[in-house]
Amino acid sequence: MLVADRIIAGAIMALSAYFMWHAVALPIGWEGETGGPGGGAFPFWLSLIMMLCAGGILLRSFAADAVASFQFDRSMLRSVVAVVAALVVCIALIPIAGAYIAIPLFLLWYLKVFGGHGWFLTLSISVLTPVFLFFFFEATLKILLPKGFTEPLFFPLYAMFF
Amino acid sequence: MDVLALLAEGFATSLSPLNLMVVILGVTAGLFIGAMPGLGSVNGVAIVLPLTFIVPPSSAIILLAAIYYGAMYGGAVSSILLGIPGASTAVATTFDGRPMAQQGKAGLALIAAAVASFVGGTISVILFTLFAAPLADVALAFGPAEEFALVLMAFTTFVGLGGDDKLKTIIMICLGLVLSTVGLDLISGQPRLIFGDMPGFYSGISFLVLAIGVYGVGEVLYTIETSKSSPQVTPAKITFGELALGIKAMGRIWKTMSFGSFMGFFVGMLPAAGATPASLMAYGVAKQTSKHPETFGKGNIEGVAAPETANNAASTGSLLPMLTLGIPGSPTTALLLGGMVMWGLVPGPMLFIEQPDFVWGLISSLYTANFAAVLINIALIPLFVWALRMPFTVLCSIVLVLCIVGGFAPSQKMHDVWLIAGFGVAGYLLRKADYPLAPLVLALVLGPLMEKSFRQTLIAEQGNVFAFVERPLSGTFIAIAALFFVLPFIKYLRKGTRSGIAPAE
Amino acid sequence: MAYTFTRRVAMGLAASAALVATTATTALAEGWKPQKPVEMVIMAGQGGGADRLARLFQSIIQKESLSNMPILPVNKGGGSGAEALRYLKDKEGDAHTIMATLNSYYTTPLRTDIGVNIEEFTPIARMAEDTFILWVNADAGISNLDEYVAAVKASGKDWKMGGTGTGQEDSLVTAMLEKEFGLEMTYVPFKGGGDVAKNLIGNHINSTVNNPSEQMGFYKAGKSIPLVAFTPERLAAFPDVPTARELGHDIVYAMQRSFVAPKDMPAEAVAYYTAMFKKLSETEEWQTYTSEKALMPAYLTGDDLQAYFMTERDKHQAILSAMEGNS
Repeated sequence: MLVADRIIAGAIMALSAYFMWHAVALPIGWEGETGGPGGGAFPFWLSLIMMLCAGGILLRSFAADAVASFQFDRSMLRSVVAVVAALVVCIALIPIAGAYIAIPLFLLWYLKVFGGHGWFLTLSISVLTPVFLFFFFEATLKILLPKGFTEPLFFPLYAMFF
Repeated sequence: MDVLALLAEGFATSLSPLNLMVVILGVTAGLFIGAMPGLGSVNGVAIVLPLTFIVPPSSAIILLAAIYYGAMYGGAVSSILLGIPGASTAVATTFDGRPMAQQGKAGLALIAAAVASFVGGTISVILFTLFAAPLADVALAFGPAEEFALVLMAFTTFVGLGGDDKLKTIIMICLGLVLSTVGLDLISGQPRLIFGDMPGFYSGISFLVLAIGVYGVGEVLYTIETSKSSPQVTPAKITFGELALGIKAMGRIWKTMSFGSFMGFFVGMLPAAGATPASLMAYGVAKQTSKHPETFGKGNIEGVAAPETANNAASTGSLLPMLTLGIPGSPTTALLLGGMVMWGLVPGPMLFIEQPDFVWGLISSLYTANFAAVLINIALIPLFVWALRMPFTVLCSIVLVLCIVGGFAPSQKMHDVWLIAGFGVAGYLLRKADYPLAPLVLALVLGPLMEKSFRQTLIAEQGNVFAFVERPLSGTFIAIAALFFVLPFIKYLRKGTRSGIAPAE
Repeated sequence: MAYTFTRRVAMGLAASAALVATTATTALAEGWKPQKPVEMVIMAGQGGGADRLARLFQSIIQKESLSNMPILPVNKGGGSGAEALRYLKDKEGDAHTIMATLNSYYTTPLRTDIGVNIEEFTPIARMAEDTFILWVNADAGISNLDEYVAAVKASGKDWKMGGTGTGQEDSLVTAMLEKEFGLEMTYVPFKGGGDVAKNLIGNHINSTVNNPSEQMGFYKAGKSIPLVAFTPERLAAFPDVPTARELGHDIVYAMQRSFVAPKDMPAEAVAYYTAMFKKLSETEEWQTYTSEKALMPAYLTGDDLQAYFMTERDKHQAILSAMEGNS
């Protein structure tokens, strides 16, 4: 899949250009006043090197003897995309519905639909994981996870465990 | 002042039944906290600190030391089992620890890590006991120029860590360095690269976010694609025979471990450097001095032992500038420092004279905690290994949940969780296209140190670039760095000519 | 399948949540108490002076049981506190968030436009003012301000003043010093006060404007010398160190350590936190700490505090524009 190699190299070049564009907000040269490089110098010049190297890779891929470093298993790619989508949905849901709804939902989907496990295993993990998270992170380590609109439901729990 | 008498007195308190209980409790809690991706000793210490006002001070110190050590041991556990470094100090442990776990040698790798941590911890505590006071002056001699030279040295030790494709390695190093400049420019005090004023970027990109992203989420995605239902991890089992075998194997690499301990201690002792460069340098040196450098990164036990001895030794070393100079070398020591201030202790050169009870109580707790940590850790290995035998989809889903929660916990920002997802996908694609990920992560860790010290030196010296080589200490480091840089090329050339193949790129 | 099943559960939860929420608000009226752990946002990173002080407050609150819910410190030091300010702005009306501030509370919004107006926040309490002292290494052979000025004049740009970053408090004091005495030094930024202190003792820089707590260890060991204090009165912990004002130079500068809350925090909650910090300021631990670390306890609340913030902001505006005019 030489195309994929090229797309990635191109993406890196675009990213470098984007970084350089942001870096020039601060001086990128050698500053007389401070005696050293300006605030934008490191990001700017390093991005430039990155861009040149990615350009080199892009050129190389057009050589006659170019070998693709990218191997795709198309059927498996669908699984990857599905997991990424589920992950994104879960993260988006956390600030709204809280971690204690988003995470069990994610686990339910992953174990039941994606993993094809039985109800017993699915439900026990989907229930035990949040319980563990509550006791480990909140009750013990005092790190509060986002609750979204479920927040008031936790007031009695706070009163009990803090 | 008689060091041994003071130490004996310290031991008398730390070995009382109550305090032994405290040690066991602290180490176990620390182990689990450290084993959780995203959490490390800093979380454990932060929780315990307010408690220390309730228990007697001597027990409080011991509890802190126990959690500190426990978490340090625990960091290796997630590096080996899940391939996610729980802290920047454990990145180097994943290089060989993860491949070992995939070959079904997770138990062996965990034993190696535990024993190595014990050796590193013990040697460094002994060094600490004997030379704490004089070594404080060495730390003082380190200005920005020396810091820069040291980081440069750490960088050169992992030049050889990338893949064969030099262009891709350079890209990843640059990318890591550029990402490390995100946030606030310390010198001018201006925000930079905050991408359209996103407040989440004000504090920069944390190492943990990148590591959990590429090693956690990225690794899971990669594994899903390469093997949906058949687990790539060979089921590991652990027996007493293997335990004995592991300890025997460790005996053979005592040289690597003792070198790692000494280097870890000295590098860790320098403020601002700390355990991460120490563990990288130990790994790099072990690889370059090895007779079979090609086996590193593919599950060489030395590759686990070297960074683990060094990072544990460095954690002890980093207590030295905190106690003698009042400068925290890591977030954890910063919290400990805060704790000391609350107990009414003034860290600094006078601490050893004015508060010997505290200092020696702490040092003896370190011995006790280290000893307890290795025993408890080995006892728990079967449990850790058992966790690996979970069905693949179960393990993956739990790892993903831990990535989300572990990414949120340190900063408590959803912004970081999104970044983790982004880095996960990017890391997966980059890995598919054979871009090496280790240089990316390491550059992010070392980048801020390097840029800051470079620019500080130039400001202080008014633009004199030769300042770096003119100062004796930094000059020496730069010379060593240059040596490290050319060493792989020399080896390459020699090997090339010996086997009769012309050296070519 | 899984989705439909859980969506119904989620809706049920949402309904019950709304129910609990309404009962919760009615309970707010009498004798308000926090219902969940209180987040204490710290405008600085871990390990600095502000962080240490905030964690000290947390421990005293916990030890003396001044709050029924734990106080959880969260560091949001990015962008000289810009991150924390933006965070607090988004918490409008929240009753469970307070923020520990320092002088970047005014300087950060003044230096870069981050869309935050500190006037909108709810002042809770000012706990103390931290002090600044000019320090040199004990080996430098300088024992008073005149010798210092002479030495700096002799070395010119070779004189290195360490600090915690352009726009930070010590850089303002440095700018005032330069202006008052017509000096020109090289300002080298470091990552924190402790780092600055160590570099002074290691002779990598020539002088610093540290808080007393940062130099205390070295001072007691005889490794650094305080030259002049930028306080209105002499400090009890340093009775022999003259103030700049005494020497005829009107440089007075202090770092405030206060707590503020988001815009429109319910009045009951404000009263609760104000009372909590009042009790805190009377504890023995706090009193010992302030005298040992040469902090000036300065408890102030309500409108007086807001007025203080506004005058300080104007003062900083003047200093900052004078600094920019210079360079």
